[in-house]
Amino acid sequence: MSARPVVAVVDYGAGNLVSIDQALTTVGADVRIAGDAAALRGVDAVVVPGVGAAAPAMARLDRQGLTEPIATWLAADRPFLGICLGLQLLFEGSDEDGATTLGTLPGRTVRLRDAPTLPHIGWNQVERTRAHPLFDGIEDGADFYFVHSYAGAPPDADSNAAHADGLVLARTTHGQAFVSAVSRGALVGVQFHPERSGPDGLRLLANFVGLVRAA
Amino acid sequence: MLRRRVIPCLDVADGRVVKGTRFVDLVDEGDPPELAERYAREGADELVFLDITAAPERRGTLLDIVERTARRAFIPLTVGGGVRTVNEMRDVLRAGADKVSLNTAAVAEPDLIRQCAERFGRQAVVVAIDARQTAAAAWEVVVQGGRQSTGLDALAWAQRAVELGAGELLVTSIDRDGTGSGFDTALLRSISSTVEVPVIASGGAAGPADFVAAVRDGGADAVLAASIFHRRIHAIAEVKAAMAAAGLPVRLVPQAVA
Repeated sequence: MSARPVVAVVDYGAGNLVSIDQALTTVGADVRIAGDAAALRGVDAVVVPGVGAAAPAMARLDRQGLTEPIATWLAADRPFLGICLGLQLLFEGSDEDGATTLGTLPGRTVRLRDAPTLPHIGWNQVERTRAHPLFDGIEDGADFYFVHSYAGAPPDADSNAAHADGLVLARTTHGQAFVSAVSRGALVGVQFHPERSGPDGLRLLANFVGLVRAA
Repeated sequence: MLRRRVIPCLDVADGRVVKGTRFVDLVDEGDPPELAERYAREGADELVFLDITAAPERRGTLLDIVERTARRAFIPLTVGGGVRTVNEMRDVLRAGADKVSLNTAAVAEPDLIRQCAERFGRQAVVVAIDARQTAAAAWEVVVQGGRQSTGLDALAWAQRAVELGAGELLVTSIDRDGTGSGFDTALLRSISSTVEVPVIASGGAAGPADFVAAVRDGGADAVLAASIFHRRIHAIAEVKAAMAAAGLPVRLVPQAVA
């Protein structure tokens, strides 16, 4: 593989893609903004960013013909990073608006429990439940930037014991604890925004690009 | 635990930082992206650009500095000032902003809040409320930098804005703004105890103790200030140290990637 892996950033809305584009470029990726299936061909990794609600996002992915290629990509266990809504869309459905989502991961997207403020906006600590190269060089409990009211809840969301096929990689507490990072095979997903999380965020994205390079 | 945020605000006009440029020690700090990057390095949790460009035809300059800032400072950026339509908000987000702050336009056309939240999600919509005290525990919404009354009760407007889709409220005391007499913690408390969304305190910061009071007494989730940072009267780290010493959760200034 080339020294600069080609990373597709899926563009399915009107939000800010400048930050993730620049952040991935800074840490050594060759970024391709992908608004249709053709743009995903030949890439080394797929990143789905995004904020907001699931139903309009799924509708836009459908309209742009991206739902199927992304599902196929995930089924093949190719390198993938879901950020915020891009992680939530991997679960089976969302309580926010009843949307049916990709269903790659078991569980639903649920509202944060007992949160003192909503949306949960700002820097909060990400506490790991197991080791993973995505967090290499980042202190356990480091602060990352969040902006959301819902989070994915896989079957091991609240379990303290190591789960046989557990997805949970990290948790964060706002009111009650919720899942702030998951991994399975080549798939990683984070509820926070690494592209807006300063040096630790760049480190995490550099680790992801390193995983893509090694894949 | 969720950190209480410290947010420097930069007033920009025609693509330059204007607040503070009359102070002699700031001659080289007129480029917004450059100043933004410095603040990010010094531990700012977010940045706010308040665009006070007078002529609408020069708004393109703002989009350019938003993009240059987003490519240099990897922390969240909110842009306020002059956004009047969903399409204008789209342009600012596409340029690299994470949130847009609506003020006068939302007062004139409250449905704009709903339209923007529907299109971009409520997390992207900050409603800025400029308030002036009218009685012991009553505040009126004012617009045009405090020059124009609206007759709206600030607390009632705050609740309405949240119902319509505001994801955060930026509450400025016009009485305190620029006076260095401390935040209006009674105003902040009345709003923060009523709404579920985070409240950003603004207007009146003189020193680190004011930041502590805005959070502890005002219930603010975040604290915004302009001149004390631009004029280097206090460093962000100094403010955060005072907040930490008061037992408030803050994000410590990180070290850059080696």
